[in-house]
Amino acid sequence: MDKLLEVKDLHVSFKTYGGEVKAVRGVNFNLYKGETLAIVGESGSGKSVTVKAIMRLIPNPPGKIVNGEILFDGKDLSKISELEMQHVRGKDISMIFQDPMTSLNPTIKVGKQIMEGLIKHQKLSKKDAYERALELMRLVGIAQPEVRLQQYPHQFSGGMRQRVVVAIALACNPKILIADEPTTALDVTIQAQILEMMKDLQDKIDTSIIFITHDLGVVANVADRVAVMYGGQIVEIGTVDEIFYDPRHPYTWGLLASMPSLDTDEQTELIAIPGTPPDLIHPPKGCPFAARNQFALAIDYEEEPPFFQISETHFAKTWMLHPDAPKIEAPESVKARVRVMPGNFEKPIQVEGL
Amino acid sequence: MLRYTIQRVIYMILTLIVIATATFFLMKLLPGSPFRNQEKLTPEQIQMLNKTYNLDKPVVEQYFAYMGKVAKGDFGVSFQFKNRSVTKLISTRIGPSAQLGLQAIILGTIIGITLGIAAALRHNSWIDYGATMIAVAGVSIPSFVFAGLLQYFLSVKWQLFPVIATNSENQLTFIGLALPTIALSVFVTSTTARYMRTEMLEVMGSDYIVLAKAKGISYFNIVFKHGIRNALIPVITVIGPMAVNIMTGSLVIERIFGIPGLGDQFVNSIYTNDYPTIMGTTIFYSFLLISIILIVDLLYGVIDPRIRVAGGNK
Repeated sequence: MDKLLEVKDLHVSFKTYGGEVKAVRGVNFNLYKGETLAIVGESGSGKSVTVKAIMRLIPNPPGKIVNGEILFDGKDLSKISELEMQHVRGKDISMIFQDPMTSLNPTIKVGKQIMEGLIKHQKLSKKDAYERALELMRLVGIAQPEVRLQQYPHQFSGGMRQRVVVAIALACNPKILIADEPTTALDVTIQAQILEMMKDLQDKIDTSIIFITHDLGVVANVADRVAVMYGGQIVEIGTVDEIFYDPRHPYTWGLLASMPSLDTDEQTELIAIPGTPPDLIHPPKGCPFAARNQFALAIDYEEEPPFFQISETHFAKTWMLHPDAPKIEAPESVKARVRVMPGNFEKPIQVEGL
Repeated sequence: MLRYTIQRVIYMILTLIVIATATFFLMKLLPGSPFRNQEKLTPEQIQMLNKTYNLDKPVVEQYFAYMGKVAKGDFGVSFQFKNRSVTKLISTRIGPSAQLGLQAIILGTIIGITLGIAAALRHNSWIDYGATMIAVAGVSIPSFVFAGLLQYFLSVKWQLFPVIATNSENQLTFIGLALPTIALSVFVTSTTARYMRTEMLEVMGSDYIVLAKAKGISYFNIVFKHGIRNALIPVITVIGPMAVNIMTGSLVIERIFGIPGLGDQFVNSIYTNDYPTIMGTTIFYSFLLISIILIVDLLYGVIDPRIRVAGGNK
């Protein structure tokens, strides 16, 4: 598969009065052509900051890309000038935001907001941009586009606004679409509609998607691959099946155990992960999850775990996969779902980075 | 929109009637009479004059007589200047006042908006701190203090500007109006700058600005096309109160710089118990003020589409 985007050892920090918050601490991942990569994790795990860094939308100050490379199309997006970046944003990489109620400009007609990017990036005339905007409105399933283009955002419902935001993001046929919790602010039925539409659109226009969410149900629905983030790092990454049916990291176990499934009956207890996320001003020395991990090993408090490769596509950052580690059983609810993955290596192999 | 406007105009008339009524009775509580000041008149002459001008009748009766005339557009004749109607008096005096007020409000809003935007875009820099200091000083210090200071330093000490706004032919000069305009605009500048800064900061941090950035729009377009218009909405709200400030401020400023305007005339008419002029000027000022508020409300609709719909039809 073609590598479209390569994030290497990305570090992002925010300067605050309390100290430097190390929000993203060495994130590595690749994005391939046509795939959907979901990034999951709890609030403050650094998932949003990671994608905002890719778009260079982190307010500076206080935020800063401290280290790392974001390779796209032969360029390192973390190093190019703001002006060059303007030609990447909206054209090659575009973004959908969490809250459709606030992400459209209330005083500008919807049509104009869609056309803006087209006029800038594709140098379309007003008339051509209008035609394209009509087409986009139909694409995202908004009826009567001629009328709707002349309206203001407040005349749209939440779900319809998110469709408009998607239309804006898709306007210039971006190679990468970043969706930062696009359905979190919507009610469940509308969520389903938007997800359905996004899957549909991906088939039609062949774009890669980075999908950020903390809703594992959504992940199962849309993703090809999943990256689990914790404490500013990716702790496990693999195909959607590998993450759901053969999870290896105790944090992933915790996430899955806390999620109800169709088999969940009244007796099954949903297990919450105890404790709070780590302090990222003074990140813990060893594994960031150790303090909340009931299976933590002594070494977890001392030394940061390396990545272990479980299959061609599956990596997990935990000492539990070390050959010397004691055999630890996953919690019952997780064990119940485990299936044997055909691609797994005989034994996990320790690797340098991802 | 039309229905809304008509409705507002009806409210305007009602408000004017209430203001006129209150002013009329309050004015009658003022000590003195229009003719008692002139010592040369005998008691008999004063009585005769009172009779001529209906001032010997009960106040309530005077009130209805006056309102009846006003309804027909007759504001009476000034007591100060014989045989000059109040309408004529106001119309000859309005020019200089309007010029001063407009200049001050235009100068003030332009400088204020610019300062506010600059402060917001360079948040926590020396521009921001400087603008904030100017704004606080400008809001706290009354315009007549500025007028006095400007006049003392720029006119008396350094002789850069004339002390009086008019020339020897009693005509207003541009250079003469400079100081009063500046003095009067300080409040407008500061208020606008403060509001604009706050709003602009809020708008620039909003989600739709992030989305606009994510679209790859240039910084210039983000500020000018997406930012300023949204930040202006709340700023328009304060134009109403500022207009009040300009009007009351101008009463004093006109005195200080000897501008033959309405404010100066108004103060004189109160000194001399010139009832028809007091009433006429009050009604005129109120009319102006209410009109400004109406215009501000209608302007809202032009800038903010959400309000356009809430106000009636689109």
